[in-house]
Amino acid sequence: MNTYAGRKYIVTGIILLVGLIYVIRLFSLQVLDSSYKFSADSNSRQTKHLYPARGLIYDRNGQILVNNEAAYDLMVNPSQLRSFDTLDFCKILNITPEDVLNKIRETRNYSYYKPSVFLKQISSVTYAVFQEKMYKFPGFFVQPRTLRSYPKNIAAHVLGYVGEVDEKAIEQDSYYQMGDYVGISGIEKSYENELRGEKGRKIVLVDVYNREVGSYQGGWYDHPPVVGKDIVSTLDAGLQEYGEFLMQKFRGSIAAIEPSTGEILALVTMPNYSPDLLIGRARGNNYKILSEDTLKPLFNRALMAQYPPGSTFKTVNGLIALQEGVISPLTEFECYMGYYFENIRVGCHSHDSPLDFIHAIQNSCNAYFTNVFRRILTDPKFSNTEEAYNNWRQYVISFGFGNLLGTDFVNELKGFVPGSDYYDGIYGKGHWNFLTVRSLAIGQGELGITPLQMANLSAIIANRGYYYIPHVVKGIEDEQEIDERFIVRNYVKIDSIHFEKVVEGMDLAVNGGRGSTAWRARMADIIVCGKTGTAENPHGEDHSIFIAFAPKEKPEIAVSVYVENGGFGNIWAAPIASLVIEKYLKDTISRSYLEEYVLKGITSDQ
Amino acid sequence: MKRRTSLVKGIDWITILIFLLLIFFGWLNIYAAVYNEQNHNIFDLSQRYGKQLIWIIAAIFLAIVVFLIDEKFFFFFSYPIYGLSILSLLVVLLVGKEIHGSRSWFEIGGFNLQPSEFAKIATSLALAKYMSSYNFRIDKLKPVMTLFLLVMLPMVLIALQPDLGSAIIFFSFLLAVYRAGFSEILLLIAVVFAGLFILTLIIDKLFILSGLIIITYLALWFAERKVRYIAGALIILGIVVGVIFGLNRLFNMNMNYYYIFAAGLLASLPMYLVYAIRKRIRNIIIILGCLLISVLFTFSVDYVYHDILQEHQQQRLNVLLGLESDPLGHGYNVNQSKIAIGSGGFAGKGFLNGTQTKFDFVPEQSTDFIFCTVGEEWGFIGTSVVIGLFIFLFIRLIFIAERQRSDFSRIYGYGVIAILFTHFTINIGMTIGLLPVIGIPLPFFSYGGSSLWAFTILLFIMLRLDAVRMELLR
Repeated sequence: MNTYAGRKYIVTGIILLVGLIYVIRLFSLQVLDSSYKFSADSNSRQTKHLYPARGLIYDRNGQILVNNEAAYDLMVNPSQLRSFDTLDFCKILNITPEDVLNKIRETRNYSYYKPSVFLKQISSVTYAVFQEKMYKFPGFFVQPRTLRSYPKNIAAHVLGYVGEVDEKAIEQDSYYQMGDYVGISGIEKSYENELRGEKGRKIVLVDVYNREVGSYQGGWYDHPPVVGKDIVSTLDAGLQEYGEFLMQKFRGSIAAIEPSTGEILALVTMPNYSPDLLIGRARGNNYKILSEDTLKPLFNRALMAQYPPGSTFKTVNGLIALQEGVISPLTEFECYMGYYFENIRVGCHSHDSPLDFIHAIQNSCNAYFTNVFRRILTDPKFSNTEEAYNNWRQYVISFGFGNLLGTDFVNELKGFVPGSDYYDGIYGKGHWNFLTVRSLAIGQGELGITPLQMANLSAIIANRGYYYIPHVVKGIEDEQEIDERFIVRNYVKIDSIHFEKVVEGMDLAVNGGRGSTAWRARMADIIVCGKTGTAENPHGEDHSIFIAFAPKEKPEIAVSVYVENGGFGNIWAAPIASLVIEKYLKDTISRSYLEEYVLKGITSDQ
Repeated sequence: MKRRTSLVKGIDWITILIFLLLIFFGWLNIYAAVYNEQNHNIFDLSQRYGKQLIWIIAAIFLAIVVFLIDEKFFFFFSYPIYGLSILSLLVVLLVGKEIHGSRSWFEIGGFNLQPSEFAKIATSLALAKYMSSYNFRIDKLKPVMTLFLLVMLPMVLIALQPDLGSAIIFFSFLLAVYRAGFSEILLLIAVVFAGLFILTLIIDKLFILSGLIIITYLALWFAERKVRYIAGALIILGIVVGVIFGLNRLFNMNMNYYYIFAAGLLASLPMYLVYAIRKRIRNIIIILGCLLISVLFTFSVDYVYHDILQEHQQQRLNVLLGLESDPLGHGYNVNQSKIAIGSGGFAGKGFLNGTQTKFDFVPEQSTDFIFCTVGEEWGFIGTSVVIGLFIFLFIRLIFIAERQRSDFSRIYGYGVIAILFTHFTINIGMTIGLLPVIGIPLPFFSYGGSSLWAFTILLFIMLRLDAVRMELLR
């Protein structure tokens, strides 16, 4: 076995070779090459992050909705601390000496040599005073940051708020580090990538006292921060403000869209909160208080509340019936203060009878539309209810109900339009028919529609048959185009000629005099078209609903108003909608009596 | 007793001296690496240097104990020890503690033990036992396969933890096995493939394929010296590739050029082979065989690199090969390490004066990058002394291994040398930027109980075998 003894020389050779190579390399690194020596020679490198200002958010007319304010974090580097005048220190910063000791201990445990945050977001006044005296407190320095500020205290839900990034977000996107800010809801979140800009980096050489003595490699590895892109939202600040003002005493929402573009002019939710509450240091506490409030001010009703649409849905059923040809505009149905079939009754209020289509809309006749719905579901061209129902459902979905509209909000909801399998599950396949689901005829029952979807319906009717996906941002700085999907017309499967009839009906509903369910919305100089709704509420007073658009020809605004526990649509929702329309179209309110009426809110004798 | 006295005479004091020097110098540097002005009590157990001191004292006791164990124990129980080691590697995969994403530790009473460190000892013993057995022939396939398996088994288990760094160390047994007679040609082939491996990562596949084809043609020419073979081969290849290219265009299959060429090659290979076999031209068959294997190799390397290696591993390789230069990202460790070492200059900054290490700029500075502290505080003088000590140790160990009369002892000795040398090469190579960053400790130097004890046991078994070498015949 020892015949290979000669190989020991080879092994020895390999070992010596490696040793030699390493020594030569070390000689080169340590003695010959001076660049390493220089860069480390009592100078050490420090990477400083440069935080960019976040993009601003404007309204459609160029008013600033969200601004930036300078804030300052007080940082400390424990290894550089020397004894200092704690009393003076505490006086400037308004903290106790115990706080100081605890904080110093905390930061020391975190890292003795690396700087960390000592006090977050001291005010600029404090900063100014501290600046002057900073030489007395070695080891402390200030890192500038920016916080959001809201010049107009409106649209908290739509704008969203900014907070510190959490671990999950850091995992998903390595751009973020602990302590960075990120948008958490609303536009701040959906357009986070555009708003945040790009962090910059500066690598500096520091001496033993952590003083900057130059830039590393001539700044070769530095890059400057890129300011975030500004965003122009579709909101009209004046309108939004007015909407929030009108809804003060109510719970519910207003959604207003420009039908010709799908731009959201206002999105009001009540109760809401002042966006100031969720800025900076106070945010954590305030958020807790808001989230525990039983009225749920953090909940964005306009986008996420799902209600049954009530009588406003009659427009949809009417259109489907006209398209399917099961009725014509001249078709009349009798109403005996209700619709009767065997022992089933669908109640209705008192009005002229029989009515044709247009007047049925004006009077919002339940019997008429129950009949209409019956005709849709018992259409002989379908072999059974299920088929007819699915056909009907397809139309409904094409209005944007029961599905995501595809807006640029992050927490849009689909709403709910039951499929035939839903009823199969409850009653058994083939064991339900039009009578079982009759409440769908008048927008009650198992329908869940959000206020934004309702406003979209109003826009569809205003446009006579199509809509643009509602969106809340119309432009991003430097980029002319917003996402393609917002400039596409989405046609509903109904011919526009049928829409004219519905428009007529909605005109009469407001301006038709006797029998009109929405007379409170009437304006003298502009033709407002609207449809009331009253959603049944088993837990209390019915909800007041109204959809409208104006002017009748070439509409510029389509709204939906929802007032919880507001009774008939005409009582609150209609006047609110009308005022909102007037404010948008004319910028002044001429019917101050109406305004006063709304502002008084729901009182006990209504 | 007669035995005892000759034991003491038989101890190789030189090795023990180097051993102690390395351990204490290592400890000194750990102290310097972790030192801060506040806690400087050397016995402070909450600091690493305090703990290391405990490990060192324990290691010395361990060394004495191991040395006093009868050598026959190691000889007879080689295989059971190996078996136990494999078992421990299996068990740690199931119930081990996970640190930094790798399930490599047993937690016993507050101490962490790494079975992979002790597996190195066990494998050395088993290899030595096997290769010194009576019927062993290194030039026969079955024994070589068994050797292969002996090493692969623990290697794979360790790689599953996952601890690729420790797994790679098992390649070091190549050195021991080489000394024991392993075929030089096979070793050469291993080197060629290593070169091909690196080339594949640097150069695009297509160039390598073309290069290989050209080399093949050249080899054919030199082997057979008949123009018609070359011409014929070229024409066939040209036609086949052309056809495939045309098909690609026709059916819009969008194959990239590499695949077209490779497919062409594969399609024409049978034709060559048939011709060669018919005419019984052995050389062509051999050359073509080599070509095929090389192509498959480059293909699989490429596949492993792109589809199996994780991103951080890819980046480490890239940084090493100069494909990527990111001093603040993945090159960070190495760059900081080089700066630290480079800044030491000729004589270093002095004990406890290392700014880079003091300010925590070098990551892992008491374990994998301990050499940086040496470089920064002791300069070129310090680093060459340390390297010198190690080289001296290895040469001394070779001397000791060669004077063994028993095959078992000699082969085991080379196992020890191989393991220590590989650790040394990779660890220091990594800190000076010559090798990719692989988490391997520097023997006797780096902080860590398991590795210190494992190396100590490894070494002292050898010293024991050496001390009684005059009596052993097997």
